[in-house]
Amino acid sequence: MKRVYLFAGHYGSGKTNIAVNFALRLHGEGKAVKIADLDVVNPYFRTKDSAAELEAAGIELISPAYANSNVDLPALPQELYGLVQNHSFCAIMDIGGDERGALALGRYRPYILEENNYEMVFVANFFRPLTRTAEEAIEVMREIEQAGGIAFTAIVHNSNLGAETTAEDVKSAAAQVERLCALTGLPLLFTSVKEDLAPEFAGESILPLRLQKKIID
Amino acid sequence: MSEKVLMKGNEAIAEAAIRAGCRHYFGYPITPQTELAAYMAKRMPKIGGCFLQAESEIAAINMVYGVASTGLRVMTSSSSPGVSLKQEGISYIAGADLPALIVNVQRGGPGLGGIQPSQSDYFQATKGGGHGDYHLIVLAPASVQEMADLTAKCFELADKYRMPSMLLADGTMGQMMEPVLLPEESDVTVEKPWALTGTKMQRGHNIVNSLYLKPEELEKTNFDRFERYKQVEENEVMYEEFMMDDAEVCVVAFGIAARVSKNAVVEARKQGIKAGLLRPITLWPFPSAAVKQAAEHCKGFVSVELSMGQMIEDIKLASDCKCPVELCNRAGGMIPSPEQVLESIKNIAGGKA
Repeated sequence: MKRVYLFAGHYGSGKTNIAVNFALRLHGEGKAVKIADLDVVNPYFRTKDSAAELEAAGIELISPAYANSNVDLPALPQELYGLVQNHSFCAIMDIGGDERGALALGRYRPYILEENNYEMVFVANFFRPLTRTAEEAIEVMREIEQAGGIAFTAIVHNSNLGAETTAEDVKSAAAQVERLCALTGLPLLFTSVKEDLAPEFAGESILPLRLQKKIID
Repeated sequence: MSEKVLMKGNEAIAEAAIRAGCRHYFGYPITPQTELAAYMAKRMPKIGGCFLQAESEIAAINMVYGVASTGLRVMTSSSSPGVSLKQEGISYIAGADLPALIVNVQRGGPGLGGIQPSQSDYFQATKGGGHGDYHLIVLAPASVQEMADLTAKCFELADKYRMPSMLLADGTMGQMMEPVLLPEESDVTVEKPWALTGTKMQRGHNIVNSLYLKPEELEKTNFDRFERYKQVEENEVMYEEFMMDDAEVCVVAFGIAARVSKNAVVEARKQGIKAGLLRPITLWPFPSAAVKQAAEHCKGFVSVELSMGQMIEDIKLASDCKCPVELCNRAGGMIPSPEQVLESIKNIAGGKA
């Protein structure tokens, strides 16, 4: 168990859903948790969409002042420093997609490395068109590492086709994630699946996902 | 593994364009369309294509003009303010009778407006936009799957009729993620004897131009072009009807508004109101005949739009104002709710509109 969890990956890989659900799980285990939205590239569908749920659970959300507004201003709030400088709680950080999103991580890097109590997690969805294989995923990983200045330490398997996902879809991608772990030498932290699929993965390390509310059917 | 992939609407356009044989993309980033350019930047160098971030939208559309004149499939994309900047170039491309694809992932306006979704560029897309008499073929996708499929269709129709086409989406369609079955790689080669490919000393010069010194000649190009437009209107209209057979209230909506409206129609039916949905897929040519036919058996129409009411004018024209048309709208980046649409359906059903 680490104090800081950084979720990064190809954009659209599911980082935000995982960050929110992971924060809720840690909170459920009785830990003090704060979650931060570091996404400076994605205009819609953000951590802030879950603001009400997080607030109801008593989890503090630190997100850019202009998130989900009409202002296209990628400014990060000063409170983010508290997350990496104050070591008295668990910090979940939702990093923006690809190397462009990971660039924002750079300014917090010195604190994170100095404390050295973090997990830098790569979120892999092998149904995304530019990360269909382990090799393509590694290409994205290297770009993110270069931009954010922190090497990955673990992998989360989040292969999905959105609401249509079946257990077979997830299992069919298992070979790719095994290959990714073997090629990078990194451990699989857990597999995340929609909560209704979780029973089909008994015995595996699973994070059941309650998906963010969709605005349109 | 499933053949489907999970894509953002913007990415689906980009990948579908590549599969349709497009190897030239010119653009300038703007939210909420940027993933399209980002995807092209990643993919084009790997397949021997050209991704170029131009110094401005105006530069980008003129680069499109250049490549289009060689007969190669080419595109640009932007969002509302950026598409306004492109209008001069689009008019030149239309005036030179060249096929090209312009994508508009609309956001709220006017002016710099905002980054949330909108459909308020309907007039600009369907009534010209730039100067002179011309049309674009305008397709309006309502799912990520259609973002891919209609991109291929845009290229096909543009080539067929030698005219620019536009994919008119909105921020929600661009940003939302859905599973997609991507179209096959196109191996269609279209004969383009007019293209600037070098004479190789074997034929006369081809000239691509929109300037005519004699008004009689310019008039003739206009008349000839509108003969082609007539063919497009006769042959290429696309729309979807949902529960329209016995409908008494006809909801007309495209893109994201059509998805909201479908939910409202289903709810109306549950409550015993005979509502149906007519979803234009081609905005130009507009499905006027289908609207006219609906006017024969419906009490009235509801035009659901993310604008102050633009398509509503085409509904009134097509139906000869035979029955009332109620506007159900949000603007500035807001989306109508199914409840709001249902309210309008009830107004028409109850004869209140």
